[in-house]
Amino acid sequence: MIKVRNLKKNFGPKVAVNGVSFTVAKGEVLGFLGPNGAGKSTTMRMITGFIPPTDGEISVGGFDMLNDPIPAKRLIGYLPENAPSYGDMTVQGFLSFAAELRGLAGDARRQAVERAIEMCFLEAVRHQSIETLSKGFRHRTCFAQSIIHDPEVLILDEPTDGLDPNQKHEVRTLIRRMGEKKAIIFSTHILEEVEAVCSRAIIIDRGAIVANGTPAELKARSENAGAVVLRLASGAAAGVKSKIDGISAVERSVVVSESPLVVRAFPRKSGRGPEFARAVGEVALRERWAVEELHTEEGRLDEVFRDITLPDTGATKEEAQ
Amino acid sequence: MSDSIRNIRTIAKREFGGYFASPVAFVFIVIFLLLAAFFTFMIAGFFERGEANLQTFFTWHPWLYLFLVPAVGMRLWSDERRLGTIELLLTMPVTAWQAIVGKFLAAWAVLALALALTFPVVITVNYLGHPDNGVILGGYIGSLLMAGAYLSISSMTSALTRNQVVSFILAVVLALFLILAGYPPVTGLLVQWASPWFVDGVAAVSMMTHFESIQKGVLDSRDVLYFLSIIVFSLFTTGVIVRAHRAG
Repeated sequence: MIKVRNLKKNFGPKVAVNGVSFTVAKGEVLGFLGPNGAGKSTTMRMITGFIPPTDGEISVGGFDMLNDPIPAKRLIGYLPENAPSYGDMTVQGFLSFAAELRGLAGDARRQAVERAIEMCFLEAVRHQSIETLSKGFRHRTCFAQSIIHDPEVLILDEPTDGLDPNQKHEVRTLIRRMGEKKAIIFSTHILEEVEAVCSRAIIIDRGAIVANGTPAELKARSENAGAVVLRLASGAAAGVKSKIDGISAVERSVVVSESPLVVRAFPRKSGRGPEFARAVGEVALRERWAVEELHTEEGRLDEVFRDITLPDTGATKEEAQ
Repeated sequence: MSDSIRNIRTIAKREFGGYFASPVAFVFIVIFLLLAAFFTFMIAGFFERGEANLQTFFTWHPWLYLFLVPAVGMRLWSDERRLGTIELLLTMPVTAWQAIVGKFLAAWAVLALALALTFPVVITVNYLGHPDNGVILGGYIGSLLMAGAYLSISSMTSALTRNQVVSFILAVVLALFLILAGYPPVTGLLVQWASPWFVDGVAAVSMMTHFESIQKGVLDSRDVLYFLSIIVFSLFTTGVIVRAHRAG
């Protein structure tokens, strides 16, 4: 549904986006990650046709955004950053206005407004003017605007920003549910959100894509991914470590804490997978260690994120840890 | 084409509603009516003159509009940019010019409404004497066109900045230039050092010369064209500015 090729954007001498390419298919939810100022919002603004790119191609549903923007824009629902809306209008009036601009009229428009109000839990405030609402409601009103025409493509710039945990959960559920039938791009700072909602994630740093994959694939890039953690009720650290180091598949091991004794064993490159945990387990069984916990680490997205995007803060890796 | 008209109507309707959701429209209309009445009856001495026409009424319009129209027009685009709603509006399936025309028409309708509410003065002059109502109609058309020209300039300056005050001042200065360009002290100043064709050229862009001939009842196509071309030019420039801002 969305094809972006070699997208570039310069603001004067500053390069905001530098050669971004990706595609999003129907049924995919793409998470956009990256530090502040990495170019996430700029990329989204270009895809939605708000700002023209310096160079590159954007196609939405087969329509070229640069040469044929109106049919392309028809397919998109967009929630801009900070969820702007016309404060002097009522929630219902605003949604009705959005529906009208989307070409809906008469009964179809009324139904679309009702559906959006229901989906975004706005029933209680439908007749209030937007400027009197709390941030959460204002945010959801703008979100409702983006789904009013049941678009095939949804582009959401920080859709959960400023919401309380319950509202965040609702919005995530909504995105996941809609993601089954739509192509969705959303940006976020919250990494757990990516794991909860996305089928694929892209990490952008300084205008370029530095990672692109499913959340599981990205997590696997983390240093600890595939390592086995063993927690024992008792035992001598040095003895246990040497036994573990003795396993052929183990590359190295680290004693994380002495009491309780926690050891993390890293596999060799070839030895990743369930066999590795089994090998460690067998040794533990043979040595009759009092095992309290044994699990394989999936890796953590925040570690990967920090590893890839760290240089931007100017801090060294050691400082950040 | 029907799509364009529908989009323009939708945007104009929202904008018009926006004027009445805030006090802007009411304040404008009340102040306009009060000032128009004050100048007509107290300053220009409508009754003392004993003439059955609205010369004393229309004479003040260029000066009333000078401050009041930019006050109505200053929010057109600067508010949109300040609140970020411009991002919403321009990612809808509408073109920039549909949005520009829609918003302009809404604000113009507010001005037209205020002008229409001056109808008691027409009734008064008809009650007291036998005026040439054709001339009066011409005056109204000229006044509305002039208001539109001021407004289009406000739309242009409003697209330049997210600050409404800056937008207001720029619009007033530009409009003031268009008024004064044909004013004898200004042309007299120019005559001393500029060549005659330049002085004539400057005088020709003045609102005053065009408005005066219309309010005398001469609805010359050149005068109408003058106001329409200011509107078209300013709205076109608004479009260029809006576009340029998006390009960063």
